[in-house]
Formats: sequence, C-alpha cells, structure tokens
Amino acid sequence: MEFFKTDKIYDFMGKSKLFISISLFLILGSYILLFTKGLNFGIDFTGGTIVQVRYDKPVNIKEIREALKKSEIFKDAAVTKFGSDEEIIIRVKTSTKKLGQDIGDIAREVLQGTGNYEIRRVDIVGPKVGSELREKGMMAMVIAIIGILIYVSIRFEYRFALASVLALVHDVSIALGAISLFNVPVNLDILAALLTILGYSLNDTIIVFDRIREGIVEAKTNDLNRVINESITKTLSRTTLTSLTTFFVVLTLFLFGGEIIKGFSFTLLVGVVVGTYSSIFVASPLLGWLGFNLQKYRAKLAEKKKRAQEKERMRAMYEQGVV
Amino acid sequence: MRVLNYRLVIFLIALMGGIALSIPSFLNLKEGPKITLGLDLQGGLHMLLGVDTDAAIKSKIKSIASSIKYFAEDNDILLEDLKIEDKDIKFTLLDKDDEPKMDEMLKNISGLKVEKHSLHYVVTLTPQEIESVKEYAINQAVDTIRNRLDQFGLAEPNVAKQGKDKILVELPGIKTPKQEQRIRSLIAKAAHLQLMAVDEDRAARVYQMSPEEAAEYGDVILSDAKNPKIKYLLKEIPILDGSMIIDAKVAFDQNNQPVINFTLNSEGAKIFGDFTAKSVGKHLAIVLDNKVYSAPVIRERIGGGSGQISGGFSVQEAHDVAIALRSGALLAPVFLLEKRSVGPSLGADSIKASLIALISGFVIVVLFMIFYYGIAGIIADIALVANLFLIIGVMALFGATLTLPGMAGIVLTVGMAVDANVIISERIRELLREGVSIKKAIEQGYKNAMSAILDANITTLIAAVVLYAYGTGPIKGFAITISIGILASMLTAILGTHGIYEALLPKIEKSKNLSLWFGLKVKGK
Repeated sequence: MEFFKTDKIYDFMGKSKLFISISLFLILGSYILLFTKGLNFGIDFTGGTIVQVRYDKPVNIKEIREALKKSEIFKDAAVTKFGSDEEIIIRVKTSTKKLGQDIGDIAREVLQGTGNYEIRRVDIVGPKVGSELREKGMMAMVIAIIGILIYVSIRFEYRFALASVLALVHDVSIALGAISLFNVPVNLDILAALLTILGYSLNDTIIVFDRIREGIVEAKTNDLNRVINESITKTLSRTTLTSLTTFFVVLTLFLFGGEIIKGFSFTLLVGVVVGTYSSIFVASPLLGWLGFNLQKYRAKLAEKKKRAQEKERMRAMYEQGVV
Repeated sequence: MRVLNYRLVIFLIALMGGIALSIPSFLNLKEGPKITLGLDLQGGLHMLLGVDTDAAIKSKIKSIASSIKYFAEDNDILLEDLKIEDKDIKFTLLDKDDEPKMDEMLKNISGLKVEKHSLHYVVTLTPQEIESVKEYAINQAVDTIRNRLDQFGLAEPNVAKQGKDKILVELPGIKTPKQEQRIRSLIAKAAHLQLMAVDEDRAARVYQMSPEEAAEYGDVILSDAKNPKIKYLLKEIPILDGSMIIDAKVAFDQNNQPVINFTLNSEGAKIFGDFTAKSVGKHLAIVLDNKVYSAPVIRERIGGGSGQISGGFSVQEAHDVAIALRSGALLAPVFLLEKRSVGPSLGADSIKASLIALISGFVIVVLFMIFYYGIAGIIADIALVANLFLIIGVMALFGATLTLPGMAGIVLTVGMAVDANVIISERIRELLREGVSIKKAIEQGYKNAMSAILDANITTLIAAVVLYAYGTGPIKGFAITISIGILASMLTAILGTHGIYEALLPKIEKSKNLSLWFGLKVKGK
C-alpha cells in the first residue's frame, strides 16, 4: 500500500506563507491563553496535597465537600471526580511537615462517615521541594534545547539548528496552549511529556533535514525551494506513517492507560500532531527564511570533502613511507 | 545459499539474550535478574525528609554542658551559674586554683571555642565543628532510620542520603494507611531518652513558675507522659542521655503492663551509679522525648547500669519505642519535605491499564505495518518484538525500576521503534521504483537511511539523558526506558532486519513480487 503519489512533487514552499500564518495564529492564541488563563500548576510545582479516594459506590461530591468543611485544613479543598463515579481527588494547597501524623491521616479522619472508602494515594509536596522541582524542570528544558542546538549545528549547519529549535519552540508553545485550554494539571509528568515532544518532533524534522542535506548535494538545481519541496515529498510517506503509528499508540495510552497518566498522554497526543505538522510545514520554510544559501553550503561541503581527500592522500603517502 | 550472516547472528544472539533475561520478570521467578516495579506500580511509600540540624547543634551543646557538670562534680570543682544561652555555655569558676584543671578538660573536647574573662567562661562550638555536627546529624539520621526500618521487619526498605541535606526513604509493600502511619511515627520518633534530676529546692513551686523563670535557675518544666497536667521542674542539664544505651527490650511488669528495660554502657553505668549514690532520697526523672514517664525516689545506689521506662504504653508502642531506643536517638528531628504513597490496589490498576494500552498499541502497529509494507512489515514487526524483549531484558540485567511513566515510555517506544524500519523501507521502495535490482536496493536503502536514523535517534537520546539527569523517581524511569528503547531499536531495526533481508534475499529475488515483499505497487504490472 502507498499513501502518496510518488511521481508528483508537492509544492510546500509555495504555500509556506499560509502555513506560517496558521502557526503564528496558533502560537499567538497559545500565548494569549498562557497569559490570561495561565497554567494549572499541580502540586509538584506549587506544593500541596493530593488525596485520591475510592468509594464502593458512586460518590456525592456535595456531601464530601460538606464533610471536609469541618476541617480547618480541608476547608477550601477542591474535590473532583477522577476517572469514574466512585473515585475522587481532593486537592489542597497546604502541606504539612509533620511526619507522625500527616495531612493524609487527617483526611482519613475527616472523611469518616462519608461511606466505605479506601485511600489509594496521598501525595504531599512541600513548598521548598515544589520550587526546586520547578527550577529543575526549567533547567532540563533549556539544557535539552541547547544540547540539541549544538548537535544539529555540528551535524548540519547552524541555520538547520536554529530552524529546528524554532520549530521545537513552536511545538512546545502550542502544546502548552492546549494544556492551558483544557486545564490539564501541570506536574512532573507533563514536563516529561514536553521533553518527549522535543525529542519526537526533532526526530521528524531531522529526517526531513537529512533529505534536504542529501538533496543539496545531489540535486542539479540551485533553487532551494525546489530542493526542499522534493525532500519533503520524498519523506512524506515516512513522516505520515511514523506519525500514525506513534499517534495510535499514544491514543491507546490516552484511552486505556488510566487516569493518572491522562495528562501525560494528552500532552503527547497534541505533541505528535503539532510535531508532525511543524516538521513538514514550519521547519523547512524557516530554513529558507533564515537566509540559508545553497551555493555557499555546497562550496563549504566541497571544501570539506577536498580537505578529507587531502588528508586521506597524505595518510596513504605516509603509510607507503613516502613522507 | 548463505542463510546465516553476521548481522543475523548478532541479532539472534541479542534476541535470545533478551528473551532469556526477561523470562524471570515475565514469569515472576525467584531466581535470576528481574525488573523492580516502581512504588507507583507495586504500591508503597516514598518520602523525602529534611533534617533540623539546628536541633542537633543544640543537643550537642547540651551534652557538652553535661560533661562539664559531671567533670566538675567528679573533681570537686565548684561552678556557679552553669547555663546554656542560645549557643553558648556559660559558667564561672569559684576557685582560681581549679583553672588549669578546667582548661585542660575543655582542651580535650575538640571543636570548642573558649573565651575567658578572668574566671567567667563562655564556651561555644567553632564554625567547622558546627558544620561537622550538621553533617554528622544527617548521616546519623540516615543510619538510624535505616536501622529502625530494618528492625521493624519490612521487606527491602531503601534509605539513602539525597543531595547534601535530604533523606530519601522508599518502602514497598505497605498494605494499609494505618501501617504506613505507624512506620512514619517510628521514623519520626526522636527516641531521646534523658535521665534528669528533679530540682528539689524549687519543685514545690513548679505550678506557679513560668518557663522563663525556670530557665533562670537552669531548669526546665516538663509534663507527665500520661497526664499532661502534672508538671515537673527538672535540672536542664541531664545526668545522662540515650547515647549511652546499648540495649532496650520490651518486658512486662507485675501488673502485666508492657515496660521497656534499657541497659547502659559502662561509662553510662558509672555516671548513673555515682549519681544515684549521691542522691539517695531525691527524685530521678526518666524522660523520653521531653515527656516525663516516671520520677521515682532514689532509695539506694543503682549499679549495673540498667533502668526501666514504664507508663502506659500499648504493647505496639512499647515495641516501637524499644526499636527506636535500640537503634539510637535521632540527634536532630526529621520532617517531611515530600511524600508519595500509593496503595497496592491503585498500583495494580495502573499496571493493568498500561498493559492494555501496550497490547492494543502493539497490535495496531503490527497490523498497520503488515498492511502497508507486506512482508517488509512483518520483518519490521519481528524487530519490534525483539526490541520489547531487549528493553525488558536490559532493564532486568541492570535491575532498573519500571515506573508508570516508564510503562508509558515502553508504549511510546512501540510507536517510535518502527520508525527506523519505515525510513529504511521507504528508501528501498524508492530505489526499487527507480528500477534498481533488489539486492542493490536493499544494500543502498540501508546505507541511505543510516544518517537520518542516527541523527534522529541521537537527538532524542539527548532529550532522554537530560530528562534522566533532572528528573526524579518515576520520570527517571521514563527516561531509562526511552533510552534503552532507542538503543535497542538501533540494534534490532538496523542490524536485525538487514540480516533477515540478507538471509531472505535469494527468495525475494526468485519471487520478484514487490507488492508482496515491499507493499509496492509497480506500474505496468
């Protein structure tokens, strides 16, 4: 089976303005969301407590809120259903330092009389740990991006690196916008998902760029746009196929993977779609726009090749004992 | 016909190794390398604790004050106003002749800074000593907590220092919140035993006295363990403390109430004996964690260095206190920075859910590949299966921990691991379309695909390594599975499938059915 016609070159660059406009629109929308609605930071980053409780029959949330009002700590708790009608999550911004009787034990006492329940999870994160995790998370993002920039610069050229990193920023921004829009609690796992998106989207971009690199060397034309169009077309069925398989597995994770990793798989789901889109429609046009010059790059490659050959020749002479 | 080639051989060896190493994990065998399930999957308690190092410094100062006091009494040196103010020990010598003796004694205690104004002494700890006390307190807390958990009899507790000043405690296999709370209490127990003298001169006025006034006399007011309304006025500097305990056991008194019998080391026994000999008729308070358990009258000198703590314990409490006393007092209180506790039923649910996701994702990808690529798809699927075994096998080999995000990582790997084969198959198809011979198309296809596969995987690996370096607990697990998955997929997808193609080449060349082998529609046929 084949998805795309193999004898036709699709004109991606001709429509690049349209795609970039769509992307700019989405990014702008994301930032508006991020600055107005903001992110719903979970306890990993803000500190606080989560108690997950399962009852033996469907819960009446109102009753539970009433019961919690009796306690000073849980007075302002947020109570939401979690995955099913029997299961709830109680969230408060406070955490306790006391080890012997912690906030989870208090929850257990307060909930007495609300039915038969089992406390399945208690997460307590102190404010100090929260801010530390936040800093570490930011660091991880920045270091990953720098590492990628360096690697791509070495393997390709700095404009390839810049274009791919801009595409990554594009993906992460839109993913964050979606996270904000759907009010997904941002915890450590979301950070992991975002870093995975970085890796995944880059994967796609690199494969297109690899083809462009190859095309630059092999193509007879000096028209960068043409080379890019050809390269994207040639990798199109690979990009689509891999994206589809990845999309399917992430979808199964989202549907069947359980409530705890729902935010994680949601972020990945958005990331796979946006990452695929950006590899095809954003990264490559950016390469042209960043002033990438075909002839110069070819000249540089030729120079490099010459030097390598020279080295090889010298070595051969050396080994034969001429020098 | 050459069926075996070096690529296929390496692949088969790796595959068999992967299967062999993953069998113990799949069948849950007792022997052999096995994947450890993370606390989020098997249920358990994960805690990050902080240590209140200031308290350790205070108690160090207190114990130095105790030694000074004991030394003075032992040598008939008269001291006036021995007391602790903030982090300083202050006292005045009454007799100038005692000065050399006292100076000699202070010199023998390391890490002290002594200031003298004639016979008025101010003794404090040097900054280096303070640092080392802090460090010691943290290390001691790690050892003590580990000791207590070992004695409690839980399976595989993990206690480790994390960073400079944090303690990581991981306890799998906790069944109920009640059990968890009991263990937390055991960890938190200071188990600070002190034998203190009652201030007999002023004891009668204890109910009228403020803590500040008591401090002026060098006393503290502590309340009774059973009845907080009963107060005792005690000399702040203890006769001795729990650091001299070598054993503690639960026993039962004549009323069949649980009590704890403790034994002091020889030094403690001597101090205890000397004190009781001198203080017949006076009260001795047995104080545990700043609560007075009893304050009996001393009838005679108590030799042998043993004592008893009694006072309304339940059997369970007595058992836990004895463990805590045996494993030593915490020099500094510990407090909670982070806790994650997952019940066993939730862990089991998570395993089930992620397995369903894994299997259904796997089936979709496998079918899709066959549908799209024909036999080339089957070959890619074989690589995928081998990849899964390798991930599990390698994780088992290194005793890595599988967490819930790690499971998600494996699911994700299933989607991404076929990528290399997709790239290769596309390249082969391209060459076949150009009319290149099958043998050449396969050779050249692998060659052409190589740079893209390498670059793409290495960049993903960069992200995964950063995630590992900066992630904690479960997230680290995710980074590990992704990294192993990438490396394993390079082996299976590049080397393995290439070997299979080489072995099958005569067959492919004979059949020439490109649609069947590569899912390729060839025009004109």
